[in-house]
Amino acid sequence: MKTANKTMTATRLVKDALDKAKHFADYNIFTFIDEEGALKRAAEIDAKIARGEEVGRLAGVPYALKDNFLSPAGQTTASAHILEGFVSPVTATAVEKLEAEGAIMIGRTNLDAFAHGSSTENSCFGPTLNAHDRERVAGGSSGGSAVAVALDIVEFATGTDTGGSIRQPASFNGVYGLKPTYGAVSRYGVVAMASSLDCIGFFTKSPEDMDLLMSIAAGKDPKDMTTLPDYYNSQPNDSRLAASRPSSRGSVAHSAPVVADGLESSKLRVGVIKDFDNEVVDKNIRDALKRKCEFLKSKGYEIVELEMPTLKYALAAYYIIQPAEVASNLSRYDGVRYGFRSEKSKDLESLYDNTRSEGFMPENKRRIMIGNFVLSSGFYDAYFLKAAKARTLIRNEYEKAFTKCDFILTPVSPNPAFKLGEKVNDPVAMYLEDLMSVSLNLAGVPGLAVPAGETADGLPIGLQLVGPRRSDKALIEFSKELQNE
Amino acid sequence: MEIKREDIIHLAELSDFSLSEGEIESLGKDLKNIIQYISQLDELDTDGVEPTYQVFEMENVWRDDEILPQDATREELLALTREEKDNQIKVPKVL
Repeated sequence: MKTANKTMTATRLVKDALDKAKHFADYNIFTFIDEEGALKRAAEIDAKIARGEEVGRLAGVPYALKDNFLSPAGQTTASAHILEGFVSPVTATAVEKLEAEGAIMIGRTNLDAFAHGSSTENSCFGPTLNAHDRERVAGGSSGGSAVAVALDIVEFATGTDTGGSIRQPASFNGVYGLKPTYGAVSRYGVVAMASSLDCIGFFTKSPEDMDLLMSIAAGKDPKDMTTLPDYYNSQPNDSRLAASRPSSRGSVAHSAPVVADGLESSKLRVGVIKDFDNEVVDKNIRDALKRKCEFLKSKGYEIVELEMPTLKYALAAYYIIQPAEVASNLSRYDGVRYGFRSEKSKDLESLYDNTRSEGFMPENKRRIMIGNFVLSSGFYDAYFLKAAKARTLIRNEYEKAFTKCDFILTPVSPNPAFKLGEKVNDPVAMYLEDLMSVSLNLAGVPGLAVPAGETADGLPIGLQLVGPRRSDKALIEFSKELQNE
Repeated sequence: MEIKREDIIHLAELSDFSLSEGEIESLGKDLKNIIQYISQLDELDTDGVEPTYQVFEMENVWRDDEILPQDATREELLALTREEKDNQIKVPKVL
């Protein structure tokens, strides 16, 4: 990505990004644009450069922030009425790390309220339009971030992924989107959705940019007890991956395995899940998957067919565990300490009730109610406990799969970007969008959405590369092998 | 399983919000469809399987019991509320 220097100033980079944001205003990408703050930060960085001082690895790089990351720059709304007026006094760890390297936030991006959705239509600000077809959805929940990168307004954008909210909009708009290993990037200062599934990640235009952002953002954070000890920057470097890459003549160089978890062979094997190559998936996407497999074979990689029969239950398990955690996390929004408060309340009980009745979107209410249903006495064992057991089976299934292959290549979603309004009134149809993405969150494994061509109608197609836990760096590195077909 | 009107109202009560007549109708229909979908988990054999609540099986990550500097001051936090009096958040009467 372009960083600021003496000839290309941060002010110039930021002004260009702001101009483009204005030009594409009718895509409804941003919930807030920080023109004044961004230009001030840019001037500071330019002054540092002029004085010959050290600037960070993201000096003057304009970026977009999903509007569920807390920072004092503008309101953090999560695109929900109930957070109206909330300007955070604290800053998310991810934001602190990016800005310490000189990145400049130009605006906050639209999402499904509280990240509940797969289209960015459940936003109190209205939907964001797809970067390639204005009659279609941006995907979601991180729709604004995906479109901001796809339209080249910013170099990168942040996202959150609880069940596909980075990968699906990335694939709908033709950019890279990473859901890292659970716990790789601190969730401190990010609006919680489902805490055992939530991951912080990014949208970029290249694997190289993704690697740079992860090397900055990943790592242990004492403010988030679920962050993993630093592993990203101690992963094998590029040359080691190159050493284990098959040559064009098919001979294999031997070296230590690229991915941990007890790999025996040094030749990288890519798994394809048998059950996913079926009628549920759009033909354009199935063809793209086949094409990429042929391409990898032609480069000397082995394609392994995998049976993962439990994955078809991942969506049902996910739509039990996730709403249960949502019901718990969203109980904090009561109108007392911050955000929206209903004015017409006579006593405390009605203040809670009115604030939540008026402040939540219908999809927020559905998920909270489902969560309270699966957790309620009489249904707990049949739903929540059952789903937690299914989660064990799904996790085991991934572990088993990664004894047979190094990475898995699958569709991100069953179809390319759909029409605005097509699914918004049918929650189950909308949930089915997440069919192929949620199992990664249940298992905690990383997934990278990579652009993989277009449909006959010119809509972007994305595929996801999946790796074992902590294989994020190798995954990003390997995605370069899918380029230049 | 059957989801009755009373069940929908009860779930809304558990969730600390109330529903309009229109919402009882529309959310009720949605909830029925969603519960029908998630009930397919019945088919999966989970006998003898331990549940997973957190993928890295972390438990009770402790730190020392000491007061650390916080990211926000009392004044900043109180400034976020609608009404404040004597360093406390003001709400309507409780009883």
